[in-house]
Amino acid sequence: MNPLDYVVPHFEVIRNFDRCTNCRACERQCANDAHFFDPKTQTMQCDDSKCVNCQRCVCTCPTHALKIVENDASFRRNANWSGEAITEIYKQASSGGVLLSSMGNPTSNPVYWDRLLINASQVTNPSIDPLREPMETRVFLGKKPSETVRNPDGTLNTDLPPQLELETPVMFSAMSYGSISYNAHESLARASRELGVFYNTGEGGLHEDFYKYGANTIVQVASGRFGVHEDYLNVGAAIEIKMGQGAKPGIGGHLPGAKIVGDVSRTRMIPEGSDAISPAPHHDVYSIEDLRQLVFSLKEATRYQKPIIVKVAAVHNIAAIASGVARSGADIIALDGYRGGTGAAPTRIRDNVGIPIELALAAVDKRLRDEGIRNNVSIVVGGSIRNSADVVKAIALGADACYIGTAALLALGCRLCRTCSSGKCNWGIATQRPELVKRLNPDIGCKRLVNLLTAWRREIMELMGGMGINSIEALRGNRLMLRGVNLNEKELEILGVLHAGE
Amino acid sequence: MLKEGEVRIPSGCAIAAMISTEGNLMTGEKIVKCMVPMHDRSNGLGGGFAAYGIYPEYKDFYAFHVFFDSHDARLECEKFLKEGFEIVKSEDVPIRKIPEITDVPIIWRYFVSPMSSVLSRLQLDDREFVSRCVTKLNTKFDGVYVFSSGKNMGTFKAVGFPEDVGRFYRLEEYQGYAWTAHGRYPTNTPGWWGGAHPFSLLDYSVVHNGEISSYDANRRFIEMFGYHCSLQTDTEVIAYIADYLLRRRQLSLQEMAWIVSAPFWSVLDRPNTREAEQIAYLRKVFPSLLLTGPFSIVLGFTGGIMALNDRAKLRSMVVAEKDDVHFVASEEAAIRAIEPDAENVYAPIGGEPIIFRVKEGAF
Repeated sequence: MNPLDYVVPHFEVIRNFDRCTNCRACERQCANDAHFFDPKTQTMQCDDSKCVNCQRCVCTCPTHALKIVENDASFRRNANWSGEAITEIYKQASSGGVLLSSMGNPTSNPVYWDRLLINASQVTNPSIDPLREPMETRVFLGKKPSETVRNPDGTLNTDLPPQLELETPVMFSAMSYGSISYNAHESLARASRELGVFYNTGEGGLHEDFYKYGANTIVQVASGRFGVHEDYLNVGAAIEIKMGQGAKPGIGGHLPGAKIVGDVSRTRMIPEGSDAISPAPHHDVYSIEDLRQLVFSLKEATRYQKPIIVKVAAVHNIAAIASGVARSGADIIALDGYRGGTGAAPTRIRDNVGIPIELALAAVDKRLRDEGIRNNVSIVVGGSIRNSADVVKAIALGADACYIGTAALLALGCRLCRTCSSGKCNWGIATQRPELVKRLNPDIGCKRLVNLLTAWRREIMELMGGMGINSIEALRGNRLMLRGVNLNEKELEILGVLHAGE
Repeated sequence: MLKEGEVRIPSGCAIAAMISTEGNLMTGEKIVKCMVPMHDRSNGLGGGFAAYGIYPEYKDFYAFHVFFDSHDARLECEKFLKEGFEIVKSEDVPIRKIPEITDVPIIWRYFVSPMSSVLSRLQLDDREFVSRCVTKLNTKFDGVYVFSSGKNMGTFKAVGFPEDVGRFYRLEEYQGYAWTAHGRYPTNTPGWWGGAHPFSLLDYSVVHNGEISSYDANRRFIEMFGYHCSLQTDTEVIAYIADYLLRRRQLSLQEMAWIVSAPFWSVLDRPNTREAEQIAYLRKVFPSLLLTGPFSIVLGFTGGIMALNDRAKLRSMVVAEKDDVHFVASEEAAIRAIEPDAENVYAPIGGEPIIFRVKEGAF
């Protein structure tokens, strides 16, 4: 290899030879071929440069002989030119290509969730124990009518625009079949049915095996229109128009031909081996009035029985955009923050484009209320929600529900190694290789997702009970339940919360 | 220190109410006496009363009770009123000077009628117009606070213990078919007269005991519809919710109760009755108007009152009756103080609205 292209491996695989029994499990588990048996020395060896630190070998080694550490071999220290910045130059000088990354923005920008604190009752009103008292986490997403209509007998006419009913205000966000595996999709679909929530097909269509989970499925219509047909639109509980994604606002998607195999190709309705390229914009939506037409086309196609979600990336002018969307006929707006995950995105876009979801949410909720149109739409936020406290804070800021993607994948085994784009996911999630896919058992996957949201729901109920709130509806937009720390006045103003101590 | 309205102040309290369903007039003496045994539920930082049927000779006119900080504020207010209303009477609210009540502002009352020419120009009905003018005076005019604006009813309130407030306003001289009362225990000490209760808008008045944990969710929702929560109190937001649901959305009292003190889904899911379907519809349409946390309220309106507890019954409240008079109070002792022989004492369950109406034609 040209020494100019040599990059010091990011990780070092440390093997405890006292423990290693040469069982070669690590070699079998590693799709990256980092481990190999050296017949000469009769020991296991490894090529550190191939290791992505997915931890699969560490977790499966029967004698716990392995650990992966960050390589401490470094360039001369420089506060401006980090090792990563230098390495990226080498890669680009060698390849002439756009840098690609997977999963969400990992930079050290502020995480506003961590700067918000939640209230609790003391003395003047009682906290409520969710183990002893009813505590409600059910929400309905969709447009609320502004007129009350009565039947001739004086009772209320209870017809409503289509609503999504969630037992917990958390849904699994869009991840396409193709970007993740059949077994991952099956886990998400079954867990959603069990939990009374929804998962989202992403832009890859819906495998016909999963039509039976349609009542808990949100089907996505993205710019590539992959897998979109009448049955697909009608089988889901709701339709999501994907205008943008937090990890890569302003650009489309690219699933390499290598992943367009077998059922993925059939489900996407494109030939095997062809690259699936989603254009940056929808070529029939160049403005807000075009969006309205697409919303109503989809409503017509589904006889006004399905709520329409419009998903947009959180960008600078998000409040005005959301206001436009709220008047477009959409029933739900999904906001995706700049920390949102992805199978692959250009690194520069992922790390530099878009704004934090906390600020976007606060601005959108306020704007829609100022304009008196908050009832026209529900707001769902994602990118990134990491735990139940983030959910509670999001709802208190004004969200109706949250989307989780990365957290769901972590529950399925993802170690956040951020190499989804390689297609060699050792955990059977972001891969189409049959021998890897089968590592993810959908029975176990489903159970773990159910466990995760069950645990979150319990925690949400505890937090609500502490605040003396026994229905999540009373938390939504209840910003007095939040206080800020480590925030400047402008940030507090945008978030619409008081500083701790005020 | 921030004034009331610039900071949210939760408070505990005592409430009471009485109504004659026959429409018999009662002086304010009894309701004042009723508050005495509940003295310790207040802390002297606010007391007040609402009375219905007290202005029969002006029953077609909106009675505005107003606090002014200064003579200039009154002139400003009157200038504004004259642009939209005919003022048929303008006078001091009679008071009795007593040592317990201090820092008295100018307390004035007007009997007014909106000019029909103004209504037709703005394409508003008179109640909507009055409600907007009251909101404007209370938010845009310094030193002006309209604390009562209904027809043939009036609110009387001050900083002090309720029994002193009753004497101060000479309530024994008024006769009404329904009375509500409030003693306040705010957990902060602004000592502002406007912050005392009842809170009223048009003929709706609210007395409330509790602290609603849903406050900011309710406030931010109701403010979408032109209300401005200038006091940041629970009572204020409840009054606006009542006005919005009953007057603007034309819902019934029972329907309002189903929204603000909604039955739990676990109850609604069980029998799929017509009623459960109606309630579920209301919960889906008005989720942001659910009130959580402890409260007991009495909502007064022309011809009746409604008593309501939060859905989990986290505040005490009992009702009782004697002949044609029905009583509501935070404590049974308060009712016994004025009617020792009260019958059918009953503690309503959470979310159960207790509605008493004066018989048709008797008010």
